[in-house]
Amino acid sequence: MSMNLDINVKHLTRVEGHGNIVVNMKEGVLEKAELAIVEAPRYFEAMLKGRSFHEAAIITSRICGICSLGHQMCSLQATEAALGLEISKQTRLLRKLLTHGATLQSNVLHAYFLAAPDLLGVGSVFPLVGSHPDVVLRALRMKRLANDIGDVVSGRAVHPITPVPGGFTRIPTEKELLGLKTKLVEEMVPDFLATVETLKALAGAIPSFTRETEFISLRRDDEYALYDGDICSSDTGTIGIEEYRKMTNEFVVSHSTSKHCKANRSSYMVGALARWNNNHDKLNDAALNAAKELGLEPGCCNPYMNTIAQVVEAGYCALDSVAIIDELLSDGLKNEKANQEPTRFGTGVGSTEVPRGILYHEYTYDRQARIVKANCIIPTGQNLANIDDDMKKLVPEIIEESKEDITLKLEMLVRAYDPCISCSVHMLDVDFVE
Amino acid sequence: MAQKPRVAIFDFTGCEGCELNQLNFEDQLLDILAHVDIVEWREAMDDRAEEYDIAFVEGSLSTPDCIKRINEVRRKAKVLVALGACAVQGGINGVKNTHPIEEVREEVYGDDKYLFPTLPALPISAAVKVDYNVRGCPMTQIEFLKVFTALVMGKEPIEPTQSVCVECKLNENECVYSKGMICLGPVTRAGCNAHCTNVGQYCTGCRGLVPEPNLAGMREILVEHGLSVDEAWKRLQLYNANELEGLSL
Repeated sequence: MSMNLDINVKHLTRVEGHGNIVVNMKEGVLEKAELAIVEAPRYFEAMLKGRSFHEAAIITSRICGICSLGHQMCSLQATEAALGLEISKQTRLLRKLLTHGATLQSNVLHAYFLAAPDLLGVGSVFPLVGSHPDVVLRALRMKRLANDIGDVVSGRAVHPITPVPGGFTRIPTEKELLGLKTKLVEEMVPDFLATVETLKALAGAIPSFTRETEFISLRRDDEYALYDGDICSSDTGTIGIEEYRKMTNEFVVSHSTSKHCKANRSSYMVGALARWNNNHDKLNDAALNAAKELGLEPGCCNPYMNTIAQVVEAGYCALDSVAIIDELLSDGLKNEKANQEPTRFGTGVGSTEVPRGILYHEYTYDRQARIVKANCIIPTGQNLANIDDDMKKLVPEIIEESKEDITLKLEMLVRAYDPCISCSVHMLDVDFVE
Repeated sequence: MAQKPRVAIFDFTGCEGCELNQLNFEDQLLDILAHVDIVEWREAMDDRAEEYDIAFVEGSLSTPDCIKRINEVRRKAKVLVALGACAVQGGINGVKNTHPIEEVREEVYGDDKYLFPTLPALPISAAVKVDYNVRGCPMTQIEFLKVFTALVMGKEPIEPTQSVCVECKLNENECVYSKGMICLGPVTRAGCNAHCTNVGQYCTGCRGLVPEPNLAGMREILVEHGLSVDEAWKRLQLYNANELEGLSL
């Protein structure tokens, strides 16, 4: 509660990638409050230049192990747009199912393994194995089943194998999909309801803090947009994904190897809370009931509630996966070959909601279907300016608390965004000369 | 009863997909935890440790800070295991080594290129002794369990030396070349049970080269099937730029 404060958390734990929290207050004046990104740059552009369209999704999925499916989906969309490759209804449904599985997996992992320890006052999930074995086993079951969707439909949940430009190298069998459906209905749904109960008991430990900001996500009129859609801003409405640069406006800052973004304000937020605020009207009953139970309301401006929004989405994904499987089976599975005959060679944009928010890939191909230019804008990079702005408002509000409490609240704030720092420091941008 | 081995997990330059794969052992995770004490793992827990029996290391070395940290890890570890392609052979990060470093930095950061120091991406073994490897991108789960079990039981893990073709043939898959696609199976080290070719994709070479790769033989197959040798070389470089230095197809 002094007028001087010096916080330096090196290599924040329980987040994906390497980041430091730096807060500095002198005689009551906040001099610095920022999340410094110290992840080693990886320079993906060097890997993509001159690469065949067969390799683009293989390479970009390696930007991040946690979001590998999302990168792959987005990459395939960009390649297909650039080369004029149409995909079938079955391909889109299978990709939606994969996106649901990855969202479910990642949201459960974050809520149980990375965020819940804070709400229970422990340093990791491991002490909970002894104290709350049923909860840990439930989390593992949910994660396993979500990963099963990836294993069955894409060959492997981390760095999927079978999704390729124009389709899949292998279509799952009816028996495999029915197996997933049975487990979703018999295990996932009851586990999800129990998760809501568990979180309800812990929700009191979520800090109350609000800051109005701009929320950006995909949106579709006919469904809750995760796999594809248009870009929607809570400030300015909807535009096509081809115009994504109007929303991102990347810039370099010295305290971060990941670039920052801004749209209509000094910062904006992407991720589950942004999706909830922009698209809650498209959710199913399972998700809406969970939101009600957990006190998540439309227009929520408390970034700590992002974890709750993730759990709400997990319910949507579980039930909607069942609906997708039903549709695939009632249409009848077709053993389609991937459509890989380009009809044009140019530039294409893809955009997917990955668990941490909206993701963009843009590629330009030459006449040999090799990449000449690439650009990739990652959710965590888009959230960094918003996190800094949150910290600048939060620190003066809690300055009377002990240094330990302030540090914990700052760590919890960063973790609530579920940052994926490897992703944000992917360094895939190639300068576009237009 | 002897003390349980103390295990620590570290990440360097990479995507953390190998670590994630460790959390993905949902069916075995509690059994694994019963046989070891995890004393440090930044991605999953707050604790930091002073020494450990086994260190699992993911990612490549690509900044001056990485070199400092890996020496520190090696100093405190009795056994060091490299996890995944980035750690074992430099992996996908190694592609940047095939381009002039100045060009790479300028393309990404423009005038700000000197803000963030970078080095060529190197495998862990370029800086310190590596005792065992778990290969693949992401690391092959069955291989991890084999190495892990061997270490906990005090046995020596055995690294496969044959090519992916051996496993692919045993699985009775149609040869990828006969489908008109380039495949890196002939020179890639087995141990994955030909996971990618089992589901209709080509082998991308993520597990590194076999000890004495028959590149001339692979060239013959490529020519025989009318496929581009240049394109195949590029695809080989994707995970193996460091290992391919001084070789040609």
